[in-house]
Amino acid sequence: MELLIASAIGVLTAAGIYMVLRFRTFPVIIGTSLLSYAVNVFLFASGRLAVNAPPVLRDGVEVYTDPLPQALVLTAIVISFGMTAVVVIIALGSWLSSDDDLVDVPAVPAAAGGADPAPRGEAAQ
Amino acid sequence: MSLFIIVALPFLGALLPGLMIQAGRRACFMATFLVTALASIGLATHAPAVLRGEVVTARLNWLPDLGLNVNLFLDPLGLMFAALILGIGLLIIAYARYYLSRDDNMGEFYSYLLLFQGAMVGIVLSDNILMLLIFWELTSLSSFLLIGFWKHLPEGRQGARMALAVTGMGGLAMIGGMLLLGQIVGSYDLTVILSQRDLIQQSPLYMPALILILLGCFTKSAQFPFHFWLPHAMAAPTPVSAYLHSATMVKAGLFLLARMWPVLSGTDAWVLIVCTAGLVTMVLGAVIAFFKDDLKALLAFSTVSHLGLITFLLGTGTPFGAMAAVFHILNHASFKAALFMSAGIVDHAVHTRDLKRLGGLRHAMPITFAIATLAALSMAGIPLLNGFLSKEMMLEEAYHTTLYGSPLLVAAVATLGALFSAAYSFRYISHAFLGAERHDYPAHPHDPKWGLWLPPALLIVPVVVIGLAPFLAEPFVRAVTKAVIGGTAEMPGGYLKIWHGLTPALGMSAIAVLGGAVVLAAYRPLARGWAAAPRPEAKAIFDALIAGCVALARGFSQRLHDGAFTRYAAIMVLTVVAIGAHAWLTGSSAGPTRAMMPVTPIALAAWTMLIAAACFLVTVHHNRLAVLILMGIIGLMVSVGFNFFSAPDLALTQISVEVVTIILLLLALNFLPNRSPVESTLARRMRDGTIAIAGGVAAAALIYTILMSDFPQAPISEYHLANSYKGGGGDNVVNVILVDFRGFDTFGEIIVLGIAALVIYALTETLLSGPVRARLLNRGYEEERAGDAHPLMMVVLTRVMMPIVLMVGVYIFLRGHNEPGGGFVSGLVVAIAVLMQYMASGFAWAANRQRFPYHGIIGSGVLVAGLTGIGAWFAGAPFLSSAFGYFRIPPMEEFELATAMGFDLGVFLAVVGAVMLSLESFSRLGRRAGTEVSEHPMDIDPSRNPDGMDAATYVEEES
Repeated sequence: MELLIASAIGVLTAAGIYMVLRFRTFPVIIGTSLLSYAVNVFLFASGRLAVNAPPVLRDGVEVYTDPLPQALVLTAIVISFGMTAVVVIIALGSWLSSDDDLVDVPAVPAAAGGADPAPRGEAAQ
Repeated sequence: MSLFIIVALPFLGALLPGLMIQAGRRACFMATFLVTALASIGLATHAPAVLRGEVVTARLNWLPDLGLNVNLFLDPLGLMFAALILGIGLLIIAYARYYLSRDDNMGEFYSYLLLFQGAMVGIVLSDNILMLLIFWELTSLSSFLLIGFWKHLPEGRQGARMALAVTGMGGLAMIGGMLLLGQIVGSYDLTVILSQRDLIQQSPLYMPALILILLGCFTKSAQFPFHFWLPHAMAAPTPVSAYLHSATMVKAGLFLLARMWPVLSGTDAWVLIVCTAGLVTMVLGAVIAFFKDDLKALLAFSTVSHLGLITFLLGTGTPFGAMAAVFHILNHASFKAALFMSAGIVDHAVHTRDLKRLGGLRHAMPITFAIATLAALSMAGIPLLNGFLSKEMMLEEAYHTTLYGSPLLVAAVATLGALFSAAYSFRYISHAFLGAERHDYPAHPHDPKWGLWLPPALLIVPVVVIGLAPFLAEPFVRAVTKAVIGGTAEMPGGYLKIWHGLTPALGMSAIAVLGGAVVLAAYRPLARGWAAAPRPEAKAIFDALIAGCVALARGFSQRLHDGAFTRYAAIMVLTVVAIGAHAWLTGSSAGPTRAMMPVTPIALAAWTMLIAAACFLVTVHHNRLAVLILMGIIGLMVSVGFNFFSAPDLALTQISVEVVTIILLLLALNFLPNRSPVESTLARRMRDGTIAIAGGVAAAALIYTILMSDFPQAPISEYHLANSYKGGGGDNVVNVILVDFRGFDTFGEIIVLGIAALVIYALTETLLSGPVRARLLNRGYEEERAGDAHPLMMVVLTRVMMPIVLMVGVYIFLRGHNEPGGGFVSGLVVAIAVLMQYMASGFAWAANRQRFPYHGIIGSGVLVAGLTGIGAWFAGAPFLSSAFGYFRIPPMEEFELATAMGFDLGVFLAVVGAVMLSLESFSRLGRRAGTEVSEHPMDIDPSRNPDGMDAATYVEEES
């Protein structure tokens, strides 16, 4: 089971990083969302896995899972929604005001002392 | 008066001039003058005790763990410098009153001046080297402001920048040196450090500390090779030049050399470095000064030269040298400040400082002539003036100093310096004031009002009095010298007097004065030779150096920081993975200590769906709608996973957040293109894929190792489990942690959430009030719209569900303390219920029925949570302590009431408000003013228009 969790976190992280490295705002936002899934599950799992041991006190039950990571992750989930919303409005503002949803700032022109003309070449279409 | 007040007065007073300037220049000047006068009086009250040999201290522990305490002490050395700073400060303030023109902002000037004054007084009174460093940096900053006071002059700005760069760099070096010193001694208190001479000098860290501290001192005091900034700083108004660059700031380096004299001096390295730097600076400055035509430039380089002289005296490491240094500091401050002020008067009256255009001014400006002549003759070392006394002591000391194994070298170099010193002093007098009267001055010269000439005249008084009766100054000089030596050596036997007999020093002095006259007589051929000789231009070298540094930094930062977000992200991932891999390879792990749990078929199925969805998402990510569906699957599987692994609260939260997130992204897609274009090359995709897999493997490996090993330390969760019911009155430990144990965190988090929602609202407003609005209005739809945007079925269903969902929300909220649920989840559930109404009947219809603004709901949530927390104060408990009890109202069963419920209500309200405000803001973007918006709950309403015709026309209108 641990292997399943670990591999799921790995796949989510990899997918998130790959999406974050795309050129447009929307996939980058999706990438950060995927990364927050991965991070949340990671934090949660750091309390170790337990089945059928929810941290709700019951008479006669002795074994409970670690409640602290759960409390931390709970607020993290809600906050990550807030942050996603902020990033989305920024992306929208950029798209609506400049018709541009590329995340990379255009490379600095050589006249202004730009050292690196490269990465834009791939992005421009 | 407490030393604290003396140091604080100028800083506090710095606020006054800016305010008082509103009441006029006179009031502004009076306020500034009074502040300094008050501090001077405070200092004077301590003077008798200090001169009796007592040390006045004031101590205050500030950050004792860092060794940073506000400790001040006043000994004769500090007294001398503080008196110079405040005393000359008074004269400068008076002088500036008449010097500054109507166009200059006097309030600003005096504020800067007082800031500087406070920083200087702080340096000389500090008993803690960390405090001293803070004041040291403050002088660099405030002098930057003062040098660049005339912001319209490029020379002023460049000079200020150069001064800041050089002295700031030295300041950084000194921080290092002082910290090393503190490390050696184990204390940052100056008095402790000063008593540890042997410990410091035998430490292997002595050399680095010495060099770093000397770097700080030499840059501040403009010693070779850092002498070049001082002449450029002369672009400042003359009061600044007179104050900072002759009397006080440049002496800060000397002060520190003197202060550290007991522990740093006496070693071969000290003598070699300090004497050499001093002698080179002395001769170089004197020679350059002689050839400068600008009065202030001449004085600037002469200051460099005299600072070199004092540095040399301190560098010899003998008590007699220290005494001569102290005496010369005193003398130099008096005559040099007077000279600067007289140069300012000439500039003011004649409108030029160019010696080539001056001459014969003695007729037009007799008072200025008298002042300048006395001061310059003192500088030249003419008997019966104070400059002569200390210069002769210097020559005496030079005569007895052996450097580089040659006994005569130092004497010869010192005489050469003194010779040129005499030469430029004579030149100052003869080329400005003597000679034939001229009639081609840019302005008609005249003596100024008393306000301008009185301050320098007052400074001439000690020049003459000490020159005639040196025994008057002797007790003071000896007391200060004793403080410098600090008991590490015998007090010198020499006395201050005019006639010592026919000593070698007298001969050297005579050579210098006569030689100076001869050199001046030969000025013209010498100047021609000087002009023809190739010389390195310090400013050009400095500028090239700075340009080089900037280019280097730019090359580096623009390679990493070129505005390409994807590049930063890639660099960050790779760095994290690399550091993690390093830790992994070099660290050691105990290996698996936990048994692996068996895999169940259901878990395997969920895992498969999750992995498949994630992989599929990456392959089809160009289709953005498909991405949202796959995101939904992933989110669902994550919530299922939470539930499976004993986290029902997380499962509930995750699934509700999932719903609102997907709705949010759908709203965003309403505006953004539905497809991402394919634009990366295959190589780029391979590269990104490699980075992504590296990151994924790293994360997986890390969590796998964690999962397979036990906690390295017992987690604190046991405490929470044990006290959740006893202390918090709740069975749901997660909820109790949120609202009780870590309530403060949660409080902060709902505030963050509210701020995020307000940011979204504000950004939307900005977008809607800008040019975007027109674009939104003129935007056409890419695809055909649904004819029935608000379908009957959905409207009816959401209306029916609304009360049920609200009921569920209340239920989840109420049971949250003891069962999975709570404010976060119920807030999300209620938000979804309201959201459904927006979706079913449209924004306008729902917004009309929205009675409370969402900002208000967020605010009330934060308030409720905060007030609940404050309520604990009335019970005498700390913020957010909870109380609970059990009640029974017949015929209901016994139930629990806890104050935590009030807090949870705040959380609930904040979550509802934040979620709704964000989503509402997004939909406001979509609502286009001017178009007909239905006020009806649904587009096709059988009861409204039986024939259905209106609906059809309505659809036409909308498109």
